[in-house]
Amino acid sequence: MKKLAIITVTVFLSIKAASADPDNDSLIINDDIQLVTETAAPIHLENLDTIYSGWRFRTDETQALQVDDFDNPAMVFVDKAIDLFNTIDGIEGKACVSCHESVAQFRGLSAIMPKVIDGELVVLESFINDHRDQVMGAEPWKWSGEKMQSMVALIGLQSRGMPVNVKIDGEARPYWEQGKEMYYTRFGQLQLSCANCHEDNYGKMIRADHLSQGHANGFPTYRLKQAKLISRHNRFRGCIRDTRAETFAEGSDEFKALELYLASRSIGLTVETPAVRQ
Amino acid sequence: MAKGVKPRVKVPKSAKAGEAIVIKTLISHKMESGQRKDKEGNIVPRSIIHRFTCDFEGQNVIDIILAPAISTNPYFQFEAAISHSGEFKFTWYDDDGEVYEEIRAINVT
Repeated sequence: MKKLAIITVTVFLSIKAASADPDNDSLIINDDIQLVTETAAPIHLENLDTIYSGWRFRTDETQALQVDDFDNPAMVFVDKAIDLFNTIDGIEGKACVSCHESVAQFRGLSAIMPKVIDGELVVLESFINDHRDQVMGAEPWKWSGEKMQSMVALIGLQSRGMPVNVKIDGEARPYWEQGKEMYYTRFGQLQLSCANCHEDNYGKMIRADHLSQGHANGFPTYRLKQAKLISRHNRFRGCIRDTRAETFAEGSDEFKALELYLASRSIGLTVETPAVRQ
Repeated sequence: MAKGVKPRVKVPKSAKAGEAIVIKTLISHKMESGQRKDKEGNIVPRSIIHRFTCDFEGQNVIDIILAPAISTNPYFQFEAAISHSGEFKFTWYDDDGEVYEEIRAINVT
């Protein structure tokens, strides 16, 4: 009888390993950059011991697209952003490159965004549009538009491989608390919070989708489903919409706060931008 | 002329004689099928890359005819086995008459 019990347990464990949980692959890009896809959860994260990059939950075929930059479809958009960086726009006759010598000088920026500047929580998109407005005298870009997300991806790429390290104390604290509150709030007719899927049930299948922990360290992400770069706020909107709730607007204070809290959950993982997902 | 077209290729810098090497190519192109209509109901004119070739020192490696159903940014990956050093020439033919070329040298040891 005891033997039977042991066999049952073994079978149960092996099924679990096959269908759930992240896989054991490790992510090295271009045979060069080693990314951290698994590490101890930051101290403030009470309900998780280990955090895993969303890459670990994807199929081998999707994972392969991120291993070599030539195969990564997001790089087409990164190339376009390099052109945008050098293109004059607006009434001041300036391009990004007029002030910022090279995009490489933004190395490290995406690892510490969002952050509080002059008492206000700033995410990369609002940072870029502020510069376009105040310095270049140019029309702001649409939040989830191709130009904006290509630029966010290009700037994010400079920090690829660096650990996420957002500040959550001091001035950032109230925004972080607001984001945390949102993360655990049930939204919509389906009464689902972010945590219900991405904390309580990651590794399981939600219909055809393998639930990850919902880290945002690879955004903007090239989603195969949409065949373009997807912004963080677009994904927030998608998730909340799927709970059958009225969503917040892209670029709203709520989503900025959620972005900060989400980034703080990824502290210790590396910036993966631009990632490739299903 | 189609905008934002940029060819990319990836060829190893060196290889052993007779060894099969992997070549990857991608051209960013909108690949407008000619089947779609705009808001006014007019057909959006077809604009695709209709042919792609790769040659090694004058010898053809691959010659592909592309059709309108092929999606944006066509990507090709194929293998070649070569016996001596030389240059690969990649050519894409656009509907608008434009021809895009890339050349990559490889050192065979």
